[in-house]
Amino acid sequence: MADSPVVTVHDRPNSYIGRSVPRPNVQRLLHGRGTFTDDIKLPRMVHAAYLRSPFAHADIKSINADAAKAAPGVAGVFTGKEIAELCEPWVGVLSHLEGMRSPPQYPMAIDRARWQGEPVVAVVAETRAQAEDAVELVEVDWAELPAACDMTAALDADAPVIHEEYGNNLCWERIVDEGDVDAAFDQAAVVVEDEFTFGRHTGVTLEPRAIISSWDPSEEQLTVYMSTQGPHMLQAIFAKHFGLEEHRVRVICKDVGGAFGIKVHTYGDEIATAALTMLLKRPVKFIPDRMESFTADIHARHHTIKARMAVAEDGKILAIDFDDLTGIGPYSMYPRSSGIEINQVLNLTGGPYTIENYRARGRVVFQNKPLMCQYRAVGHPIATAMQEALVDHAAQALGMDVVEIREKNLVPDDAYPTKSITGMPFDKLSHHAAKDKLLGMVDYAGLRADQEKARESGIYRGIGFACMIEVTSPSPMFYGVGGAPISAQDGVTLRLDAKGNLIVASGVTEQGQGAEAVLSQVAATAVGVTPDKIKIITGDTEITPYGGGTWASRGTGIAGEAAAQAGHALRDQVLEVAGIMLQSEPRKLDIRDNAVVDADTGNERISLAEVGRVVYYRADTLPKDYQSELIATRHHVPKKFPFAFTNGIHCSHVEVDVDTGVVKLLNYWVVEDCGTVINPLLVEEQVRGGVIQGIGGALYEECLYSDEGQLLNGNLADYLVPMAAEMPDIQVGHVTSPNSDSELGAKGAGEGGTGGAPAAILNAVNDALLPLGARLTVNPMTPERVLRALGKTE
Amino acid sequence: MPDSIDIPPVVVTATVNGERVSRAVEPRMNLVDFLREELELTGSHIGCEHGVCGACTVRVDGTIVRGCLMLAVQADGAEVLTIEGLSESGEIADLQENFKTRNAAQCGFCTPGMLMTAAELLAENPGAGRTEIRQHISGNFCRCTGYQAIVDAIEETGRNRGEK
Repeated sequence: MADSPVVTVHDRPNSYIGRSVPRPNVQRLLHGRGTFTDDIKLPRMVHAAYLRSPFAHADIKSINADAAKAAPGVAGVFTGKEIAELCEPWVGVLSHLEGMRSPPQYPMAIDRARWQGEPVVAVVAETRAQAEDAVELVEVDWAELPAACDMTAALDADAPVIHEEYGNNLCWERIVDEGDVDAAFDQAAVVVEDEFTFGRHTGVTLEPRAIISSWDPSEEQLTVYMSTQGPHMLQAIFAKHFGLEEHRVRVICKDVGGAFGIKVHTYGDEIATAALTMLLKRPVKFIPDRMESFTADIHARHHTIKARMAVAEDGKILAIDFDDLTGIGPYSMYPRSSGIEINQVLNLTGGPYTIENYRARGRVVFQNKPLMCQYRAVGHPIATAMQEALVDHAAQALGMDVVEIREKNLVPDDAYPTKSITGMPFDKLSHHAAKDKLLGMVDYAGLRADQEKARESGIYRGIGFACMIEVTSPSPMFYGVGGAPISAQDGVTLRLDAKGNLIVASGVTEQGQGAEAVLSQVAATAVGVTPDKIKIITGDTEITPYGGGTWASRGTGIAGEAAAQAGHALRDQVLEVAGIMLQSEPRKLDIRDNAVVDADTGNERISLAEVGRVVYYRADTLPKDYQSELIATRHHVPKKFPFAFTNGIHCSHVEVDVDTGVVKLLNYWVVEDCGTVINPLLVEEQVRGGVIQGIGGALYEECLYSDEGQLLNGNLADYLVPMAAEMPDIQVGHVTSPNSDSELGAKGAGEGGTGGAPAAILNAVNDALLPLGARLTVNPMTPERVLRALGKTE
Repeated sequence: MPDSIDIPPVVVTATVNGERVSRAVEPRMNLVDFLREELELTGSHIGCEHGVCGACTVRVDGTIVRGCLMLAVQADGAEVLTIEGLSESGEIADLQENFKTRNAAQCGFCTPGMLMTAAELLAENPGAGRTEIRQHISGNFCRCTGYQAIVDAIEETGRNRGEK
């Protein structure tokens, strides 16, 4: 290899790191020329629709599909039992979540349905409309069973047991006990206690999940077009459960219309759709409609927590003690498990603060509702809202300002590297710098003065802060260690074509957050080309390096680093062959703006297009004992730390209408530290979009269920999501503490907005209502709940 | 058996993106399915099929409508404009450029409908302020951006149009 001087991506002369360049792939989306999975038609393709259980818990006594099979356009009707003959069931537990249990789950219910919405019968027809018509003709003889819907009651001795062999509905329990919690509470000047409830909500990706499966029996090749965050994970899962070699499964992921963790799981209707193409030997498309999505997509967040905090006279937090319970549906989701959210709550709570005594119990409970699993900011909104509400509560009890109590307890910026009380190792965080930056953006004294004045005229405004930590870029300690086929590493291949363009392929995927932009900027910088010379390829297991995909804010921190290293390798290759052509030492050359230049003067010596031409067409002009290479692949996996933790601080300013209970969002500020910022615009838009999703959980979104486990608001008219008119503008600031585990120094930025907003808004609402003696500890804070807290309604 | 199965197809003739098209379709087929399935104009998206999300917004005889709340047969004889036609006409080239520069599209699934809705506001009132913009797009659900970038891009486009 060429002995060119060692340079990092940070001292390249034509750097695109830290620049707000537009995303390379956005034009087609702006012109209606994207390719979402539902936009694809394959020859002889047929459409699947599923009959879903109308009951939360019921035995299937018999199924009569004769009329459906005879209906117009119908290609086949299949029961769960028929599908199960092709496909091994799965078990959604991770071995490192010790003691977790969940029974084998099949793609569709066989003898018993365990949630309203579980797929029961698959109908395939020439059009989706015909398939839906025929679904209505399927007769199922149901015997409804008592259901365990309420997650707290599901642990009662007389609750119906969903999996009889377990004897009760407990899936998993974890206990953490560090320091001397009881002694700390005994010594406390103040103890505050709250009971929190976080509503069950769901992801509502605007593009529903989507899959087209196509089986070629002649080559035993399964091709799956899918809207997914993890093509290689799905490849491994299809292969494993259909008994295929992985190279006989190709997963292609074109444009994805939002994912947020919804599209990174094993859904029975998707696995069954792969079975359907094997049965029919025709491509089968399945796109759930919106109402199906509400009962078939994963749900998230439903937690009830009893929590207390011990605080000294001076405001020092002495201990946290809480008991969290979450209901996850009748199975733990495969392959990530449904234990990670509560595990995160137990790991993350208190993380921004120096806390020496900590006790927590987390219980995960089976119930007859849709499966719950990881959704954007997994566990963070719960941990942060509980922790930050307790901090505010303690400040009030002590008569201390809410900023002052945080200043007193935040881990000092010079204390890193350090560990949290729960054992989470932190590389470098910047809570105080972030707080100072935020206070430079927010006129805190002015807001307090305005609050006082407004109260005189019966207007109740509140200010809420939230300090938080954020898990990004996970190592194999997240999933791989527990046995899941989820890769923590990711790869990038760079290839220089014959015209000097750079072809970039990566195992990460693009869902709109800008992973491809980051790869482009890093590769452009490391090699020395301009972004217009770059073509990015993602989302195809057959042509991209093996990788985990895009989730847990891993794209930039992990694939970005692989792109940097691949860029160095390709640059060395180019300089080596250019050195031969130019009879120059490679170390005296550099690549800038698509040309090989003299490193000292910057004078152009030869264009990359000319290098490409000689290497690919006129290799006869190169020495006979020399073989050039213009392609390099590098992989990266986090090694030093299990997670690249980031930190942030939020501030929400609200006005509560005490007559209607409506919370109006007046302003919002965030400062985050995601390490090296590759593209400030994209980071800020990740933060803003994340905050708005957090606002959804804080104020609007909840899957409401009847006592019998029937979803009451499973459509977009009744399930409220944040819309433009009510949303605030959000001011975003940055602090930069580079990730020491990589040359690039980047961490993720996708979770923090969603993780922090519910806490900041909860505190702002309670701050507004403080003079009225009302306090909320529930999300979403609907008008009804606000009025109830004010004692104005039953 | 549902009635619709036995109802014969109906011929729908419309001008879509300036091109006269004719297809025999089931009377129950909605406009967005007609555009996507029959004409393979897949830029109009399906997000909810009950008129809330706005992903299927298209222009019919000069007014934006929800493609999922209108039947294809109701568009017989109509002028229909989709994102593909709107893009090729150049009418919103400035808006699209501002969406790109401001990163007002993330996953891009809501974007065609959002652009359709914004184009209407910009044609009627390029000087619309942020509150008006937010009100006007409040029937278009975007899960990714949080709307601020979209509002910025529309506001900037209107400001530039006003200066011309």
